[in-house]
Amino acid sequence: MEKIDRRYIFLAILLLVLVPLLVPIGLPIRVSREVQSGYDAVAEIPDGSTAYFAADYDPATMPELHPMALAALDQLFSKNCKVIGACLWPAGPPLLEDALRRIGEERYGKKYGVDFVNLGYKPGNEVAMVSVGRSIRATFPTDFYGTPVESLEVMRGAASLTDMAILVNISAGYPGTKEWVQQVQSRYHVTMVAGCTAVSTPEYYPYFQSGQLSGLIGGMAGAAEYEKLVGKLGTATRGMDAQSLGHLAIIAFIVLGNVLYFATKKKAP
Amino acid sequence: MKKEVPLLITAIFGSFMVIDYFVPHPSVSAVGETLQQWAIIVISFSYVLGVANIARVNGEKISKRSRDWPFAIPLLMGLAFMLGVGIFGGIGERTLFNDFFLYAYTPMSGTMFSLLAFFIASAAFRSFRVRTLEAGLLAVAAVIVMLGRVPVGAEIWDKLPGIADWINNVPQMAAKRAILIGAALGAISTGLKIILGLERNYLGGE
Amino acid sequence: MLPAPFLNTMAALLTIAIFSFLYKDNPFYKFAEYLFVGIAAGYIVALEYHNVIVPNLWRPLVGGDLNLLVPFVLGVLLFSRFTSGFGWLSRWAIGLMVGTFSGLAIIGFAQGDLVAQVQANMLPLKTETLLGTFSNWVIFIGLLSSLVYFFFSKEHKGALGASAKLGIWFLMVSFGASYGFTVMSRFSLLIGRLLFLLVDWPASFGLHWLH
Repeated sequence: MEKIDRRYIFLAILLLVLVPLLVPIGLPIRVSREVQSGYDAVAEIPDGSTAYFAADYDPATMPELHPMALAALDQLFSKNCKVIGACLWPAGPPLLEDALRRIGEERYGKKYGVDFVNLGYKPGNEVAMVSVGRSIRATFPTDFYGTPVESLEVMRGAASLTDMAILVNISAGYPGTKEWVQQVQSRYHVTMVAGCTAVSTPEYYPYFQSGQLSGLIGGMAGAAEYEKLVGKLGTATRGMDAQSLGHLAIIAFIVLGNVLYFATKKKAP
Repeated sequence: MKKEVPLLITAIFGSFMVIDYFVPHPSVSAVGETLQQWAIIVISFSYVLGVANIARVNGEKISKRSRDWPFAIPLLMGLAFMLGVGIFGGIGERTLFNDFFLYAYTPMSGTMFSLLAFFIASAAFRSFRVRTLEAGLLAVAAVIVMLGRVPVGAEIWDKLPGIADWINNVPQMAAKRAILIGAALGAISTGLKIILGLERNYLGGE
Repeated sequence: MLPAPFLNTMAALLTIAIFSFLYKDNPFYKFAEYLFVGIAAGYIVALEYHNVIVPNLWRPLVGGDLNLLVPFVLGVLLFSRFTSGFGWLSRWAIGLMVGTFSGLAIIGFAQGDLVAQVQANMLPLKTETLLGTFSNWVIFIGLLSSLVYFFFSKEHKGALGASAKLGIWFLMVSFGASYGFTVMSRFSLLIGRLLFLLVDWPASFGLHWLH
């Protein structure tokens, strides 16, 4: 079995993912309890209130996390919420900017500085989180563009995280959901919904069960479920057929690998 | 000076972060806020230090004609380019900086990690062996979660998503909670050891 | 700023260059790999300059907040690592960072994980539904047995050994779920890159062939 060139496996994977992208099957998407809870938590905040949108991700996880960021922003802007966005991942601000402009400005006609703001990036991980919990302005004296935040209308009445109706965190790892729960949710008791990469999702189930997280959107599948709930199908929904076939392929490889292994082992003296 | 001062700084900053939580007095909060702002600034310098080190190492690679040295040239050029257009041309939308972030950094970073899909498939075929009961439990849970979390699962058997949800929310969650509690105890004791000066490895040799 | 077809073609070529590693290691892949590190490094320094150094340090310092000289000096001292005789000075800044993170970690892990998670496990062992009761028992037993497995102060023999064995089974189920989710993550990233090559790149030339 070791003699099989692994490039055949690579080719099989490529084809299995490519075909459903070219010829979509359109398998129905079922919404899980964790995603439904997240949607409900955002739906429950008062219309027109302010949300803190912590976009802690980078391009490496964009296919999983950007669709859920777009869906979450869609739900927030559809409720006329004001959105204060910020990043603790250096490669986050341009992605946050893209999401805010595409949904806020283009889809809902919202204005930068009035209805939403991109505060940009701060290093310091947990330090920056606690600092934002205490004072947004002290941590982010200016926005991503260098404009002093006190001159922005959206920042009026938004002194710290305790003034926010909800904390929505889109997280690719460290710093992210775990640290927001540890340093901010537990300290200031803010309602928090997390969207995270599939790889880190299992780690956050205890936080969801304990109620520290009001919702948990995991990976591209979670993003597709969220897209279904907000009624705006996007790239996550589009990728679900390919995702399904990819998973089937992995299962097939595990089964095939084991069958061949035990078959050759039996034959061996 | 070489060891005592950093240990003292560690103790002061560390203990103040703890005091700040337990004493919610405005004067304590004010000091806490100042110390945190200082920490954010110092951490930002550490990133610059890291980049300076990358530049230094690759500069030496070129000057010494080490292995793969020609590739260090695009590295240094990319670094100088992003630094130059970023600092002098701005970082907002419709800037060269943003263009190269979205159309060079983003695709390279995304593709680099997407390669893992191929390698995880290869590993599943070559290394995922179900030889013991424990490995069997792992495999069954993996298969149920893999199928149950995507649309095809319900097409195969409509109960699969529910079973996957139960695994994630019940036995999986219980084990992860145990890991979380164990890690928390470890992190707390390590934190205390550092603040009290019992753990000094971070200071390096000498 | 630059035309979309040019930018998208550049992105597509860089994507293909990295995918070429799947065939074998080659100069195109290496070029993209090194370029990526360079661009990422340049990006972060420019971002730190605009988003941290200027707003959090420079402007307040020029405005008269001389307290900020302390983090400025400590930050500069980090670069003493490049010198042979004064490298130890960088430890002052490292001490500040390590101390701050340690203090916050104590609070974070204690309140966010330890207390909250122990509290959350105080579940009713008899509920209105059979499944609810069963699940709560599984959580209760699963947590205890997994914790026993991590308890290394006593040899895993007898009742302790049996409990630790049960803990391993729970941990294996947990690792299996993690594996399933990891597969999901890896495929999502591949789907994202393929969608770019199939949809976004041609669309930049006005070619919308996939809907």
